[in-house]
Amino acid sequence: MTDIKATMDALPGIDHRAPLLQINDLHVEFRTRDGVAKAVNGASFWLSPGETLAILGESGCGKSVTAQAIMGILESPPGHLTAGEIRYRGVDLLKLPEAQRRKVRANRIAMIFQDALSALNPVYTVGFQLAELFRMHRGMSRSDAKNRAVDLLDQVKIPAARSRVNDYPHQFSGGMRQRVMIAMALALDPEVLIADEPTTALDVTVQAQIMGLLAELQQQRNMGLVLITHDMGVVADVADRISVMYAGRVVEEAPVHDIYARPGHPYTRALLESIPRLDLKGHQLNVIRGLPPALTDIPRGCAFNPRCRYAKDPCRQDPAPPAYAIAPHRTARCHFFREVLGE
Amino acid sequence: MFRYIVRRLLQMILTFFGATFVVFALMFANQDDPIQALVGEKTASDSLRAALTERYHLDEGFLTQYWYYMKGLLTGDLGKSLTGRDISEMLADAWPVTIRLAILAILIAAAIAVTTGVYAGIRRGGLFDNGTLLMTLLLLAMPIVVLAPLAQLVFAMELRWFPATTTKNATLYELLLPALVLATTVIATQLRVTRTSVVENLRADYVRTARAKGLAPRRVTWVHVLRNSLIPVVTLIGVDLGVLMSGAIVTEEVFNIPGVGFNLARGIRTEDGPLVVGFVSVLVIIFLIVNLAVDLLYAALDPRIRYE
Repeated sequence: MTDIKATMDALPGIDHRAPLLQINDLHVEFRTRDGVAKAVNGASFWLSPGETLAILGESGCGKSVTAQAIMGILESPPGHLTAGEIRYRGVDLLKLPEAQRRKVRANRIAMIFQDALSALNPVYTVGFQLAELFRMHRGMSRSDAKNRAVDLLDQVKIPAARSRVNDYPHQFSGGMRQRVMIAMALALDPEVLIADEPTTALDVTVQAQIMGLLAELQQQRNMGLVLITHDMGVVADVADRISVMYAGRVVEEAPVHDIYARPGHPYTRALLESIPRLDLKGHQLNVIRGLPPALTDIPRGCAFNPRCRYAKDPCRQDPAPPAYAIAPHRTARCHFFREVLGE
Repeated sequence: MFRYIVRRLLQMILTFFGATFVVFALMFANQDDPIQALVGEKTASDSLRAALTERYHLDEGFLTQYWYYMKGLLTGDLGKSLTGRDISEMLADAWPVTIRLAILAILIAAAIAVTTGVYAGIRRGGLFDNGTLLMTLLLLAMPIVVLAPLAQLVFAMELRWFPATTTKNATLYELLLPALVLATTVIATQLRVTRTSVVENLRADYVRTARAKGLAPRRVTWVHVLRNSLIPVVTLIGVDLGVLMSGAIVTEEVFNIPGVGFNLARGIRTEDGPLVVGFVSVLVIIFLIVNLAVDLLYAALDPRIRYE
């Protein structure tokens, strides 16, 4: 197996000193009959081994589309990647031929989806779906691959793995199914794991178990984890850094503690204020006025300006605010970040 | 599973009695003077008339006739046709050729419909998809009474690729042309159902997962999408198989194939009650068995369906 990883390293231009994953100025649009929806408009972020980056944002802000673009599984048409770079260890994945790109999937960058029931194929056993990875990517025999599948189910702590390997997805509970999903993503020892709302479909106690398991497996393997979520509670517990997305752009990026203590973008601040808190029981909860913009009609200047209480004239004019370096390792796309920070 | 099969078999008995009763009643109501129909233009003598009436219980009431018939059926005696031949013997002659014809037709239809349907589904909205849509519309619009003689004329008489008519012991090659004609009657719907099902399944989340696993597009389609897409198609193929076995009347007439449809058509024309009811009874049984097989296959394809 190490041999195969070694031959995989023949990926042209791979540089082990380069950042594990780096996204530069990514643009994705969906061309539909009703117009062009600009789902991602210059998203940029990076990820190091063993690190957890949370991508936070409301639904429709482009976080899942970004993930699918990284994986190269964007539905096209209607989805089109119009600009940007996705670099894995220095290799621009967008310039790779499809056959090589396919080998990157699951081998180096793997993904977990939100709803494991629909994300698993209903007519094949989980054992088949796990073993398939070893058979197709590693050329293993059916029985060897099946044994590896059992090992994997053990690793994600599914009881009685040897018998459950022959069960179908619908025979598992929600939490167990998400464990199968995790096992599938980790099968080929990827260095990057993208988890797209991995616990949203689960109830709260199971959520904690799954997040715990993910964190544990990540540490064992020193994997980089991109955690896509809209749940600030989940983020606070596990993330090292946070990228906040709004209308397809990263509006703020910062280490997790800094962002909770002192948000640097009005949108982040509004998000934090909209979390119910025990010490403010009885007070009116702050909500963000208005709705996220339609992706076919994103406001000029800063996309958040119509909902922003700090907005002034420069915010309503192009170009959009650049990523200001507001502190070491922190950026925010707001002209008035000093005001927001409370300086 | 076992209990499910037993329950289905019990249901089949009820259906069987119901269906044969209805057929028997229809045939009885339709009967004008079967003896006259039998002798044709000539007049039947009084003694012949009396003998036939006696043998077939023609002067008895409906229920008594039905009773006699069921008694015979359950003891394995299908009775004699009004022509005097044993119906079980006629069935033994007719069934093999019809079954071969129907299976050949369904294999051709399913193979073409599924592969074409999958490709049309993958390239939805493309030239191939629209082309097959046009073809299927044409096929659907073409009645078999036109298609069968036309195919015979072109491919057998003119081009001489196939024999024009067949016999009881027809080879598969001799049955190929009639099977093709029969296949066209079911291919269009099967193709459309496959195509729609593939289009739906291509949008499913598990397809995205399969692609995220780095599987080749061919494997995603033919392993992951296909099996899910086949679930509705298999039901349709099962029903079509039943239809082809019973509904090959025109095709069997045109190509002179002495199968079930051929005999049935003649029986109806000559008001041959015992013959029609005998053949239909066996058809009912075949139909029920095919349906049961389809339901069991359904469970094999879709593990979420469990019969208990």
